[in-house]
Amino acid sequence: MVGTSIFGCERMVDDPAGKNAEQMAKEHKEISVSEFFEKNRHLLGYDNPTRALITVVKEFVDNSLDACEEARILPRIWLEVKSTTSDRFRVMLKDNGPGMMDNRIPQTLGKLLVGSKFYKNLQSRGQQGLGTKGAVMYSQLTTGKPTSIVASTGNGKTSFYELMIDVKKNEPKIVSHQYIEDGRVWHGLKIEMEIEGRYVESKSGVGEFIKQVAIANPFAEIIFDGPSGRVEFQRGAMELPPLPKEIKPHPYGVELGIFRRMIQETSSRTVKSFFTNDFSRVGGISADEICKLAGVNPGVSPRSIDADNSEKLFKAMKNAKLLRPPTDCLSPLGEELILSGLKKEIKAEFFSSVTRPPSVYRGSPFQVEVGIAYGGELPQEGAVDIMRISNRVPLMYQAGDCAITKAVAGTDWKKYGFNQSGKNMPTGPGVVMVHFASTWVPYTSESKQAIASYNIIIKEIKLALQEAGRRMQKYVSGKRRFEMHQQRKKIFERYIPEVAESLGKLTKENQELIKAKLQKMAKEVTEVKLFESELEGDDIEEIVSDGEGDS
Amino acid sequence: MRETTSKKLYQMGKEIVEQINEEKKPSMKIPVRSLSNIKWDETNKLLTLGDKKSKRHFFNVGHARKFMQTLLIASFCKDIVDENIHASIRDMYYNLKHSIGGSKENTFEEQAESDPLIVDIETALQTLREQLHLLADRKGVVVGNVVVEDRGDSINWSKLGSGGWSIPSVVEDIKFEKVDADFVLVIEKNAGFERLHEDKLWKKYNCILMGTGGQAARGTRRLIKRLSDEYKLPVYVLTDSDSYGWYIYSVIKSGSMALAHASDELGTPSARFIGLTISDIKDYKLEKSVIRANDRDLKRAKELLEYPWFHHKEWQQEIKLMLDKKIKAEIEALSSKGLKFLSDTYLPEKLERKEFLP
Repeated sequence: MVGTSIFGCERMVDDPAGKNAEQMAKEHKEISVSEFFEKNRHLLGYDNPTRALITVVKEFVDNSLDACEEARILPRIWLEVKSTTSDRFRVMLKDNGPGMMDNRIPQTLGKLLVGSKFYKNLQSRGQQGLGTKGAVMYSQLTTGKPTSIVASTGNGKTSFYELMIDVKKNEPKIVSHQYIEDGRVWHGLKIEMEIEGRYVESKSGVGEFIKQVAIANPFAEIIFDGPSGRVEFQRGAMELPPLPKEIKPHPYGVELGIFRRMIQETSSRTVKSFFTNDFSRVGGISADEICKLAGVNPGVSPRSIDADNSEKLFKAMKNAKLLRPPTDCLSPLGEELILSGLKKEIKAEFFSSVTRPPSVYRGSPFQVEVGIAYGGELPQEGAVDIMRISNRVPLMYQAGDCAITKAVAGTDWKKYGFNQSGKNMPTGPGVVMVHFASTWVPYTSESKQAIASYNIIIKEIKLALQEAGRRMQKYVSGKRRFEMHQQRKKIFERYIPEVAESLGKLTKENQELIKAKLQKMAKEVTEVKLFESELEGDDIEEIVSDGEGDS
Repeated sequence: MRETTSKKLYQMGKEIVEQINEEKKPSMKIPVRSLSNIKWDETNKLLTLGDKKSKRHFFNVGHARKFMQTLLIASFCKDIVDENIHASIRDMYYNLKHSIGGSKENTFEEQAESDPLIVDIETALQTLREQLHLLADRKGVVVGNVVVEDRGDSINWSKLGSGGWSIPSVVEDIKFEKVDADFVLVIEKNAGFERLHEDKLWKKYNCILMGTGGQAARGTRRLIKRLSDEYKLPVYVLTDSDSYGWYIYSVIKSGSMALAHASDELGTPSARFIGLTISDIKDYKLEKSVIRANDRDLKRAKELLEYPWFHHKEWQQEIKLMLDKKIKAEIEALSSKGLKFLSDTYLPEKLERKEFLP
């Protein structure tokens, strides 16, 4: 097992809130990052007790799944959320992940912003809040209690920690620690803390979140033991999706602040090699061109670049003609995994899924996937359930601001079998899941619950929805045809006795015989696709102009 | 006659049973009664049905119900024809209405469903409602020097007091014992009929006076036809001077679009129009009694202009006059010249001058 521990690979660095916190920390040296958290917890998903509970659960689950995936382990997660007092909950997560090396545990969990390679461009879940460290902090703030960690990497030894964070120094505070051979050989991690929170059963509650996680990660087995009982989510697939590849940032997608930090922290010796080494799609010629445009000597050391020149380089970089970023770094779920996720958790009668080819917005590759479940036990009335998933993590809040919501409302669902009035959300027996996979998800705000509505993003989502919709429409019309067929059969069956009786009376022929013959014919007629031509509502009696027997 | 009708109904069923025996999906042919299949027969001066037929299939969701209903009606008619009893079309509707095989669906939901199917059978079998023993609405009265025998009773049309003889819906079996009249005068309005009856107009001019009470019922039209055919009596029709009145005249004369298949039996091409015309308004100085024609009147008048049976230049002139002046007049307008003006002046003058429209 390598030194990367599960929480060590947490991608808080990719996340603007983290960046924001960090930038602020730099600007105001007197405030530690931990203090910053304390003062700005509303930005980080801890603004109210309901939200805080869901954020903690989310951090735990995200980190577990990311760690398992990276270690190529099929995740098995046990999550417990139990109330201790009226406003406090004990949250415990245990996984079968790679575990964590003993000496890394305090730094990884007890110091905010540790190990930040902030410009790492990789599709991962950990773009939410400050990760588990934020949770440790929140627990400590609201209950004053330490977080307990039990972990092992499979070397026969188990670490036991009780950790807190020294807020002033931004250092881990070890309350207790043991590293012993307890006779068990296992790998994984168990983390447990008590927090202030509120548990609600709702569309944006913990239960729904876990269910959506189970759908978006069908290769994970999740047991959720919550305040209202235990729910088990079985695996729907036995294979992990391929590991996303890390790519260097593309110049078009980098912001000035990040660019300045990159140039300060790079290990490249010249400005030219900084561009070719630290960015994707920048070769020697392009690098020279950027420097020329900016009027900067490509041979100088990046450290010598002042604020003025870094801005010039930044602008030049944006204007340079470059190839789009590579898109093979993305790891979509794929149409099959989406289907298996939906099928195992939703009792519908029809499922379809679509994975779009990758696309690029502002230098960041992204890929959209859509899954639709239709009919079955889904409620006939009411709005279609929309599941917004970003890098396999369900988004629970701010649906109204999200590109996914806008794309769903902007799609003409009537064509595909849902009801819809104007540009409202569709209604009918359905669930629509949209997965947005990207190395950098453009959230609308720090709370990271809504994807920004770039035209290209809306367009891609719509295209995926339309394609899945068309597949659904085929099914729905087939179903309607079948129902019509059944109805037709019933009509004939119902009328046959009346017809036979009338014919019997008119002709004195054997009624029962006529009836039997008609019934046999009805069977053939409804089985053969003879009615295809009638499908278009052809109930107008055709006109035959033979003039026979007319005067 | 009864045997023929019964046989036609039997044939209709037999054809379908044969299709079934041959394992063909059963269907029936019904003449199309839409405007596109209604023709103007210039030689006979009658509206007739064209050759177009539509096929009604049992194994077609859109046709199945009508198919079933048509057969129900046919078998009902066969029953009553064989038993020699009559039923009104409403009787029939109630008699046939029942729920189907325990479902909520009824064989017929309303009479409007069964009525058109009767006409389908009439046209398909080239028979008449009366021959199917179905009674149409009865409407219309008659007085005159005529004696008829109806179901064994002898009825003298001149001895029926103020009411006159109410014309039955089926006049086929009525036997004329004595017909002493020079012509038939048909008046559209019941009130007008009573006025003329009170004035004993029919005695004065030795005519048969008939009131239709609006659009003439089938029995009334058939009676006019019989009197015209069997006694060669001229028929004169008196209606309001408007597009609706004129159409009532044209139905008596040439048949109607709804019953185009029966024009042969119901239309009296020799009938003539005695009044009122728009020209009468000027001729009889009725300007103060006219009514302004509304949009519907005018629209209907424009339609009349197009009908081939209104293509005589006299009619074109009258209709255009109406469209031009945008006026109409009721028969009662003549009462502005005195209550007896109609019987004492208007009609005698018209008859004297033979001032009829074709």
